[in-house]
Amino acid sequence: MLAFILKRLMQSLLVMFFVALIAFSMFQFVGDPVHQMVGIETTLEEREELREALGLNDPILVQFSRFVLDAVTFDFGISYQHKKPVADMILSRMPATLELAVFSALLALALGIPMGVYTGLRRNTLFAHVLMTVSLAGVSLPTFLIGILLIFVFAVMLGWLPSFGRGEVIDFGWWSTGLLTVAGLKALILPSITLGLFQMTLIMRLVRSEMLEVLRTDYIKFARARGLPEYVVNFRHALKNALIPVITVTGLQLGSIIAFAIITETVFQWPGMGLLFLQSIQTVDIPIMSAYLILIAFVVVAINLVVDILYYVIDPRLRATRNADPGA
Amino acid sequence: MALLEVDRLRVEFPTRRRALVAVDDISLTIEAGEVLGVVGESGAGKSVTGAAIIGLIEPPGRVAGGEIRFDGRRIDHLSDEEKRRIRGKEIGSVFQDPLTSLNPLFTVGQQLVETILAHSDRSADDARRHALRLLEDVGIPAAAHRIDSYPHEFSGGMRQRVVIALAVCAGPRLIIADEPTTALDVSIQAQIIALLKRLCRDQGTAIMLITHDMGVIAETADRVAVMYAGRIVEVGRVRQILRAPTHPYTTGLMDSIPRLGHDDADLAQIDGAMPRLHEIPDGCAFHSRCPHAFDLCRRRRPVLQTTGEAAAACFLFDQERSDD
Repeated sequence: MLAFILKRLMQSLLVMFFVALIAFSMFQFVGDPVHQMVGIETTLEEREELREALGLNDPILVQFSRFVLDAVTFDFGISYQHKKPVADMILSRMPATLELAVFSALLALALGIPMGVYTGLRRNTLFAHVLMTVSLAGVSLPTFLIGILLIFVFAVMLGWLPSFGRGEVIDFGWWSTGLLTVAGLKALILPSITLGLFQMTLIMRLVRSEMLEVLRTDYIKFARARGLPEYVVNFRHALKNALIPVITVTGLQLGSIIAFAIITETVFQWPGMGLLFLQSIQTVDIPIMSAYLILIAFVVVAINLVVDILYYVIDPRLRATRNADPGA
Repeated sequence: MALLEVDRLRVEFPTRRRALVAVDDISLTIEAGEVLGVVGESGAGKSVTGAAIIGLIEPPGRVAGGEIRFDGRRIDHLSDEEKRRIRGKEIGSVFQDPLTSLNPLFTVGQQLVETILAHSDRSADDARRHALRLLEDVGIPAAAHRIDSYPHEFSGGMRQRVVIALAVCAGPRLIIADEPTTALDVSIQAQIIALLKRLCRDQGTAIMLITHDMGVIAETADRVAVMYAGRIVEVGRVRQILRAPTHPYTTGLMDSIPRLGHDDADLAQIDGAMPRLHEIPDGCAFHSRCPHAFDLCRRRRPVLQTTGEAAAACFLFDQERSDD
């Protein structure tokens, strides 16, 4: 178990190293940072001084190690545009994005799994066909369109829910949450549906096909032949086996939810990291872009690590092979 | 009264064009404590018959006619819940492949306990003690330790022992063993058969032993039913059928078994193959491969004719009898 975790950890570090390399090279290749920071009147000497002060004349390797060391201590430099530390800016935006992403994922799981089980067990009923057809829309409609449609119906036409922002938030230190106020929760509904709809239909279809697969296996037939009640066969024996791949996919999707949040945050003017990133692209604010890249990569890598370990805990067959073939 | 009576059972699988008849009008009985061998080629309808008895035919397949009675009570038209209560409790099952019969995510102890609890009022602790006794009984070494192991931690033969423990854990009076040794090593096969026989002798449990292995039948069964293309072509005491088969198909089967001390070079074989479900001919299903077929065989379907303890569905047999 320990060897397995260590191996995965090493792989994660390697991935993070390459991400850092890409994030670092953005400074080198996406325009000249000095050029971005100064005005037209700045003289050549002043520019050179600034270049020296920023350490841009040091060898690349020195600059890169400094970049990595800073990043490890959560220091991503100063935003060109806002003249504030990037780390603080991102940190203040992070709760909004994480709350939106986690809420969307929970929504997708809470609805997707039961719908998948239902369409798997009762696949010839009318309702199952309706769900399958509607889910096609969820898979194929682009996120921004769903967001705009939801705004049109529930914010503009019906006026039930706000169309933008986080509503009312309460601060706990640096963490600002919208989960404790009615306005905050109401503001969360439309963006989470927008962000989670695709994942929900994906999970539903995955659970359905896994259930169909598992229900055909011998051990399910044997469980029936042992006279176990139908709900035990379906929900204890079949569902547990069907959920193993769902865990992997959900974990991977959580990363993409956080990444895809850019679009949803833009549509709903949700004050999260994605919106910050999009604004920073418009102003070529490279420190923000590179910090965002590193953070998102870190979150995805961390989630993957957790999923791998979780997978290992759930499936006894993997635990058993650890001695024979570690990490297989 | 027999423990199990299958009376003119017919199982159909509807297809777009017409219903395929997998089991065609078969009747058989199993007495309490008796071992009935059911032998035949793949696709002869052996397993479907077994599945029909425990009410687990895969849809869209269905019992299209006939009756199944267990202990005098009709069981083929019961509700799903009533059938479930019979499965495991009254009629246990052993499947062919022990590697795939057990759920990989639960320990053997969990699977035993849940089965025991599904059929009794025992407490969880009591059920676990019973599970442990069963594992010891089927010959799992260090059962107290192994009860918390997962199926993949057992070898194939050991897994089949666990499957047998699961089949007998609620004390059924009949076990349907569908090719219980086919997936196993030859050396393990004998152990598993011996185990099944011992358990059934001790408990007085009857077995319906489905196999295509005449050797297993000869060693285990009291009576044997030979199936061909969804029909029973011959049924009788094992000794009698092994020594003097009546039906040409059974004769062909016997001749095709290699014997020690005989010249294996000219092992007999039955020409052709068993017809598939959608091309079973009129008359006797075997007539196209039968060396003795005559005109009547192509036109009329022979029914089982009983003489003493044996019965065969063949006009030859009919004639021989009338010639007597």
